[in-house]
Amino acid sequence: MTPALPAESWLERVPLTVRDLVTGLFPAPWRWLAGSVLAILAVVLGFGLLFTLLTLVERKALGRMQNRPGPNRTGPFGLLQPIADGIKLLVKEDIVPFAADRPLHFLAPVVLVAFTLLTFAVIPYGRHLLPVDLDAAVLFFFAAGAATELAVFMAGWSSHNKYSLLAAMRALAQLISYELPLLLAVVPEVMRAGSLSTAAIVAAQGRWTLGILPHWSVATPGGAAAFLIFMTAALAESNRSPFDLPEAESELIAGHLTEYSGFKYALFFLAEYLGMTALCAMAVTLFLGGWQAPCVFLQFVPSYVWFFLKLAALLALLIWIRGTLPRLRLDQLMRLSWKFLVPLALINLGTVAFWQLSAGWEPLPARAARWAVALLLVLGPFVALGQRLGAGVGPRRYRYAPA
Amino acid sequence: MLGTGIIQGLATTAKNFAGSFRDPRRFVTVQYPEEKAPVTENYRNFPFLVSDDARDPMGTLRCVACRICEKECPPQCIYIVPDVDERGKPRKHPRVFDLDISVCMSCQICVEVCPFDAIKMDQDFELAATDRFRGLLLDKHQLAKSNDYYRQIHPAEAAEVDARLAAEKRQAEEKARAAAAAKAAPPPPTA
Repeated sequence: MTPALPAESWLERVPLTVRDLVTGLFPAPWRWLAGSVLAILAVVLGFGLLFTLLTLVERKALGRMQNRPGPNRTGPFGLLQPIADGIKLLVKEDIVPFAADRPLHFLAPVVLVAFTLLTFAVIPYGRHLLPVDLDAAVLFFFAAGAATELAVFMAGWSSHNKYSLLAAMRALAQLISYELPLLLAVVPEVMRAGSLSTAAIVAAQGRWTLGILPHWSVATPGGAAAFLIFMTAALAESNRSPFDLPEAESELIAGHLTEYSGFKYALFFLAEYLGMTALCAMAVTLFLGGWQAPCVFLQFVPSYVWFFLKLAALLALLIWIRGTLPRLRLDQLMRLSWKFLVPLALINLGTVAFWQLSAGWEPLPARAARWAVALLLVLGPFVALGQRLGAGVGPRRYRYAPA
Repeated sequence: MLGTGIIQGLATTAKNFAGSFRDPRRFVTVQYPEEKAPVTENYRNFPFLVSDDARDPMGTLRCVACRICEKECPPQCIYIVPDVDERGKPRKHPRVFDLDISVCMSCQICVEVCPFDAIKMDQDFELAATDRFRGLLLDKHQLAKSNDYYRQIHPAEAAEVDARLAAEKRQAEEKARAAAAAKAAPPPPTA
């Protein structure tokens, strides 16, 4: 399927070499365990580091978008800010409300972080960097991701606080509403690759036209639509602006985090960023070709570098969106999901089915017709549904004030 | 079409982001301890005592310890003990003039009632102290600031006060001269 691969460079094989070096220290029957522990350590440390970096980059970038310098006091250019924040959170008093359900209150952040970390197991970070190669990896990813909703409600319920409970209910409504478009946007990729395995999905995107145009699914009309729907839903799933309703200071204080402080709060914070990173990594895997290089001649760059470059680009996009869009109201949030994203995602299934069935249309006019029909199928519903979504919405008019 | 507004917004923030690297003047932030935003002339916070000569602030305090400000002060943050000589006669000078800036509400009533233009409003806001009792209770040595300083922080107001004081002084001198002349001249003939 793939064109003859150039001989793999030693850089590409570095992860394998390191694994063999470390597992070689153990007796043969224990090597599989050592390998797994090594993978877990790499994921936890690597993404923990990425999390600290991400908080700093986000604050600096948001600052510049709002014409502020951002944190610049701790160390050179504020580079030590994440460490200062971490120390502050760790030495804070850990308060548990008197009326709280103690075991649940303690378990909520633990469950949240645990399930979020589980999702990292099935993401192919590079050609040889897939911690667990499951047949149903996509299913596993979204099952583990959906389990974090349980932790959110655990936190809200166990805090025994009206704000926490109301916010948890609201968060749950949001998360479940957006679970639907998220999953519906994934189905086209499964259809395309014919497999639920992330490795197979990435491999299916590893072709190029003329050696420079990658066959990433985002380059097809249906794939682009699915990518946009997926990213919108991912924003809502990770409680990011403009869907950061669960933490509405003016209405619900800090939402389900109201009664958390110190290290437990830090865990929630960590889980939120890890969840966002995991969803972005999944978007890279599904739509942006995973670790595949964009052009054939760029394949000398190790695959994991490509993966993390794409991941960084998506994370930057999320920060950019956060710096731009104001928060939605709850009813607008629900309407966007149920009346816009879900129908679009359902129609998109048909578009991708058409695209797959018409894959054999080889002559040029047939191929042009294929593109035209697919684009129409994507843009038509988008414009039509978009008009209905925005109907009756405009600048506010005042009856008595002069215009 | 749906989404055009979002793209416009993204363009705006991207412009801000890129512009902040090209033109540091876009930043509205004032890096406080190193640089300070200028205060406006009419800004006021706590009162200070005016002395005419910076080299001898205690000797040239305008305050005569009349205690009007102490009586008028709504939150009662001023405490004055007039100085007396050995025979118990007031010396028109405060022995103690304490002002508790943790109580003062910056109402400027003391300034308005003072007949001697001896107390004016300051602009110094860096008054943080580690001891909230002694550290925020200012005595007359801390309160005394020169008239030059007053001219510096409130130029328009100080010019007006200076003119008025000079006019009063001139009037007093003329009056004194007239009185002296009247005394020296022979009494007018009674008709």
